[in-house]
Amino acid sequence: MSKAIVKPDYWQHDMVQSGEHKELTTLNLGPTHPATHGIFQNVLTLDGEVIQSAEQTIGYIHRAFEKLAERRPFYQIAPLTDRMNYCSAPINNMGWHMTVEKLCGIETPKRVDYLRIIVMELARIADHVICNSVIGVDTGALTGFTYIFQQREAIYEIFEEICGARLTTNMGRIGGFERNFNEAAWAKLRQFIKVFPGKLQEFENLLVRNRIFMDRTINCGPFSAERALSYGFTGPNLRACGVDYDVRVADPYCSYNDLDFIIPVGESGDTYDRFMVRSQEMKESLSMIRQCVEKLDKMPDKKTFSADVPEWVLPPKEEVYNEMEALIYHFKMVMGESNVPVGEVYHCVEGANGELGFYLVSDGGRTPARLHFRRPCFIYYQAYPEMIKGSMLSDAILTMSSMNVIAGELDA
Amino acid sequence: MPAFVVKADRDQLVIDQLTAAFGADILSHERIADMLVINTTKNVLHQVAQHCKEQLDFNFLTTMCGMHYSERDTLGLVMHLQSMRKGHRIRLKAEVPLKEPVFPTFTDLWDTANWMEREAWDFFGIQFSGHPNLKRILNMEDFPAFPLRKDYPLEDPTREDKDDSMFGR
Repeated sequence: MSKAIVKPDYWQHDMVQSGEHKELTTLNLGPTHPATHGIFQNVLTLDGEVIQSAEQTIGYIHRAFEKLAERRPFYQIAPLTDRMNYCSAPINNMGWHMTVEKLCGIETPKRVDYLRIIVMELARIADHVICNSVIGVDTGALTGFTYIFQQREAIYEIFEEICGARLTTNMGRIGGFERNFNEAAWAKLRQFIKVFPGKLQEFENLLVRNRIFMDRTINCGPFSAERALSYGFTGPNLRACGVDYDVRVADPYCSYNDLDFIIPVGESGDTYDRFMVRSQEMKESLSMIRQCVEKLDKMPDKKTFSADVPEWVLPPKEEVYNEMEALIYHFKMVMGESNVPVGEVYHCVEGANGELGFYLVSDGGRTPARLHFRRPCFIYYQAYPEMIKGSMLSDAILTMSSMNVIAGELDA
Repeated sequence: MPAFVVKADRDQLVIDQLTAAFGADILSHERIADMLVINTTKNVLHQVAQHCKEQLDFNFLTTMCGMHYSERDTLGLVMHLQSMRKGHRIRLKAEVPLKEPVFPTFTDLWDTANWMEREAWDFFGIQFSGHPNLKRILNMEDFPAFPLRKDYPLEDPTREDKDDSMFGR
């Protein structure tokens, strides 16, 4: 062996001191870092490039939604829910509306349910599109991201037609929607149903059987089903570990039991499985949207967009100006004086990254006495140190992006 | 618990088993909306949760949050447990006096209780004895109050330009 080769002991002499004692590096990952996609701080202790431990700090964008909700009438809480998981805001909106409906015992017509499913599944696709394409970006494959993001744009255009907003939608009202879907929304929706499968295939072709992507993601941040359940995982992250739990099936809400769909599950709970579960879920979501559109096409009723609850649904403007009752209801609603029974409910929906729950306690007042959000991100992000322990720094980045941690939801 | 029982019977089974095991410590039980609610005392809450987890198949801690009952001067803890196999959810509740708000930690049963307990400490000042790392989680560490208690004002109390007496609660 040539003498020119420097012995490891020599160049590491100040790192390795004596015996088993090693000097560890402390690395601040975050709070703002391009690779964390949000404001997360992790103080990592590294041995070379291997992570020994991580300490998380969260709360950088805490906005006290639970406190704010105690001072707002029920209909004004929907905009707060937008700002939790802002990648799929309509699911949060609908979840909140359904919680109040459960408390007040409001039954929504089938047509409203199907319209809601369409909106929620579109939101789920938008969310999964972001998450999966960002996994691609973090492995170094930017191309897929730039292609598939056009489809998110298409979804946001549909949202824009339905409610006028794109990101923080504040869509729907307690009891249904604020207005019917217009022609442009239907046209864009039908166009999306036609185009999306091909585009998704195009995206998958870039990554799913890509050797580099597979080497990079398989066995990266794996997690066992037992640990995942102990840590309260839900949604795609839990299903990637092999547990077939989905709120849409376990606790059907909003007429999901009328639809035919499967729950994709993974095996090892690694980044590749999480990617594949989301990918498959997008196809299921699209099939649900298609089924709903078919059901709606068959329905003779094309006009109903909310339940018949004048206490909660704003009357049309011309009635407000010309009819006494409509004016009274309008005033009562806007002032937040709609009657709410005393009681408490827990309602959960399958959010894009897990079970999104609302625990609402009402004392009969104009605002909730207490509102607690079960935010899936907050609950599963605490497993992150355990997931990345012993892995490389670059795998930690990938694990985080594949967990789909959304800062707004994490910090509420 | 057999898997085929209908929802109401399933609730009854849980009530029977818990009252048999804990007797008078199960203060009351009722069905509110679609969920069975069990009120218990802080002394046995941990044992009740453990019994539910180990004997009654409630494997999953869905969520846990603090409460402040200002009319009774107590702090409460509300736990939602779930049995994924049976598709069954229950809610456990217990209260502690505001002067001595201590619960035993649940981190030994579920790892996920860790942050939930930190959140309850952060916002309500509920302490959990035996918690591995009980410090504030969403608020800054030197925050001077427990903001979700009812006596903590939402608005900045020094402002005079805004009269909210007609609005809010």
